[in-house]
Amino acid sequence: MFFYLIRRIAYGIPIALAVGFVCFMLVQIAPGDPINAIVPPDAPGDVVEQVRRDYGLDKPLPVQFGLWLLKVVQGDLGRSLASGRPVWSDLSSAIGNTLMLATCASLLGFILGCLLGGLAGTFRGSWIDRAAVTLAVGGVSVPHYWLGMVMVVIFSVQLNWLPAMGAGPGGSADWAWDWEHIKHLVLPTVTLCVIPMGIVTRTVRGIVAEIMNQEFVTALRGKGLTRGGVFLHVVKNAAPTALAVMGLQLGYLMGGSILVETVFSWPGTGLLLNNAIFQRDLPVLQGTILVLAMFFVILNLLVDLMQTALDPRIKRG
Amino acid sequence: MRLKKFLMAACLVALPVLGASVADAQGTLRIGMTAADIPLTNGQPDQGFEGNRFTGIPLFDSLTMWDLSAADKPSVVIPGLATEWAVDANDKTRWVFRLRRGVKFHDGSDFNADAVVWNVRKVLDREAPHYDPRQVGVTATRMPTLRRAEKIDDYTVALFTAEPDSLLPINLTNLFMASPTQWERLRAANPTAEATWNAFAREPSGTGPFRMTRFVPRERAEYARNDAYWTDKAKLDRIVILPIPEANARTAALLSNQVDWIEAPAPDAIPQLRQRGMVITSNAQPHVWPWQPCFAENSPLRDVRVRRAINLGIDREGLKTLLGGMMSVPVGTVPRGHPWFGNPSFNIRTDKAEARRLLAEAGYTPQRPLTLKVQISASGSGQMQPLPMNEFLQQDLKGIGVNVEFDVVEWNTLFANWRQGCTHAAARGAHATNVSFAAMDPFFAMVRFWDSKMAPPVSNNWGFFNDPRFDAMIAEARNAFEPAARDAALARLHAAGVDEALFIWIAHDVSPRAMSPRVRGYVQPQSWFVDLRLPYIQ
Repeated sequence: MFFYLIRRIAYGIPIALAVGFVCFMLVQIAPGDPINAIVPPDAPGDVVEQVRRDYGLDKPLPVQFGLWLLKVVQGDLGRSLASGRPVWSDLSSAIGNTLMLATCASLLGFILGCLLGGLAGTFRGSWIDRAAVTLAVGGVSVPHYWLGMVMVVIFSVQLNWLPAMGAGPGGSADWAWDWEHIKHLVLPTVTLCVIPMGIVTRTVRGIVAEIMNQEFVTALRGKGLTRGGVFLHVVKNAAPTALAVMGLQLGYLMGGSILVETVFSWPGTGLLLNNAIFQRDLPVLQGTILVLAMFFVILNLLVDLMQTALDPRIKRG
Repeated sequence: MRLKKFLMAACLVALPVLGASVADAQGTLRIGMTAADIPLTNGQPDQGFEGNRFTGIPLFDSLTMWDLSAADKPSVVIPGLATEWAVDANDKTRWVFRLRRGVKFHDGSDFNADAVVWNVRKVLDREAPHYDPRQVGVTATRMPTLRRAEKIDDYTVALFTAEPDSLLPINLTNLFMASPTQWERLRAANPTAEATWNAFAREPSGTGPFRMTRFVPRERAEYARNDAYWTDKAKLDRIVILPIPEANARTAALLSNQVDWIEAPAPDAIPQLRQRGMVITSNAQPHVWPWQPCFAENSPLRDVRVRRAINLGIDREGLKTLLGGMMSVPVGTVPRGHPWFGNPSFNIRTDKAEARRLLAEAGYTPQRPLTLKVQISASGSGQMQPLPMNEFLQQDLKGIGVNVEFDVVEWNTLFANWRQGCTHAAARGAHATNVSFAAMDPFFAMVRFWDSKMAPPVSNNWGFFNDPRFDAMIAEARNAFEPAARDAALARLHAAGVDEALFIWIAHDVSPRAMSPRVRGYVQPQSWFVDLRLPYIQ
């Protein structure tokens, strides 16, 4: 197990390098000029060139990439071109906010998905199954940002029940788990949970239906186990797969909540990335994508380890 | 008669009460900005003029400032931290500024000549220990001729320019005075000048009407009134500024009472905002949304008759209707009545018959129509609604026999191309470019487009306009050191620009804002900026 762990961590290094390189090149070939993040568009040419030299943006691309890599290895993600602040200081607070939102959304999606999927799998072919499948397909299909806007219009603008934006009345810096803060989390969480809910519902439905047809379930019933008792065995058998799906969904939500965070002005990595893209803030883009990619790799590893712990039949060499 | 006396007595009793309610008015104003982050709070804001509006002027002052007190006249330059200034009679590159006495920074230190020299060096002296490249980009560009500062005595400084430049006092509205004492105090705890400026941005100290009390990067900045301000103090107790870049999110935040004021509400939401009792404000802004012509050999816009024809062929009132009234109709780069408007003989208006006549005179007929290619963007800061506006123009000009083709490029690309000129491959053969610009300052409004020395890559004379007559007028304006003479020279320059139709002037933005009816005392000047000392919450 120990060597397996070391090997999996070592796999992360080439992935990090590849992600860093692809991200660096993508930003370079995109139209526009990163210098626009620093100087106004109407700046005279000599000032533009001076600032370009000051920031090292006049160096050849391989040199720029090499210098960035050298700093990253030393734990320095550089400074934002737009704000001048260290990338890590903005990124660390953004990751915390996104992790909170993604975890809440994943948990809600997982709970609802397991519930709906379990019911649909158990009562396959019934109206409960059809209703659950409709919800699941709707959840996967509906555009996030559209749902977010509709919920803002209903619950914030019309009913005035929940806030439309932000991460608390005083910002995320003084977050507390009280209603004044939690109510800022409700709409983005519900918006973001619909996709994992849909995916988990469909996955759990399939597994439960499959398990319900297996011989050991018939044997359990034959032994006179109650419906609840049988259900517990089914859940135990379905858990590793459902857990793997949920882990992946958490990873997707960490990097894939750009639109939802923008709609709700939620100060997470999605909003950070969105703004960095518009400002062509190269260090922020590279740092954020690199950290999110690493997060995804680590999350996969954790899911694998948890699956092994839950189901001893799964062996890791 | 008794009733009249009673009413008069009631009014006399009520007046002091009403007066007191305004004088004692307090409150917290929450503003939703379009910026995606809090503009830099180190004294030289980024994020364009929205930065100056919300983290420049409220926290810092400059030697010269804009008069933002009135909505019904153009905003002009007034004394700020300098009470008077004059160019040296013997050396037109040397200006002497007398400084205001008794002004203190938020940290309690004195504002004086040393502070001015220190603030000039922060952006112009690469050897200075506090030189900050980050601030150069947003400062040096707005005062292109300023070279250095020299202390004469504690309250007098000399500023030197690279060449005689009467526009310097206007340019200096962009150089905000940060506290050297605060910077030195923070320097002791920080390893580098860059780190010190970052620390300074978290604890800024200027002389402005508000001081910053809280800063959460990317989320909010909070200000409290500066009770020791050197002139009229602010009415508000506190201001909270919040970056909300998405227009629908800003609108929802206002409608759900999370903010009291939003910049640039979504145009589609304006009727709903009005219906919910919100106040929509707007005013003419020194902003131009043009097509900037290319004057290269093969460009049809080299011909003044064509440029005039297109200016006459546009139905600007129709465009205004398309935008729900949220634009003003231009008659030049500056509006009529502005000190720089002058007396142009060419009257910019809609006259399609005259437009057709001019086109025919230039050789363009229905059988041989004029085809123009314009490079535009799909979005961008200050660009208003570029796609529907340009599509409207395309349809409109078809009516006078002009076929318009668009080359739609990404906003940053359009910007980058602006510095490369219309003969560069990046222009892809466009005859005009559609980059909007601020026109508060003569350099940015006219000089950089019409001075032959400003051709790319130096500045934004994208079309390579080259006319010695205009070069001479620009030199004359730069060398006119009496404000009245300078304005007269600029007026002649502007009038000549209009007569030559050096732009296709299409729209001025009116900077729409939406605010809660609880916001009172607000004045929207004819400027990109606002005076946040004036509003209060009722």
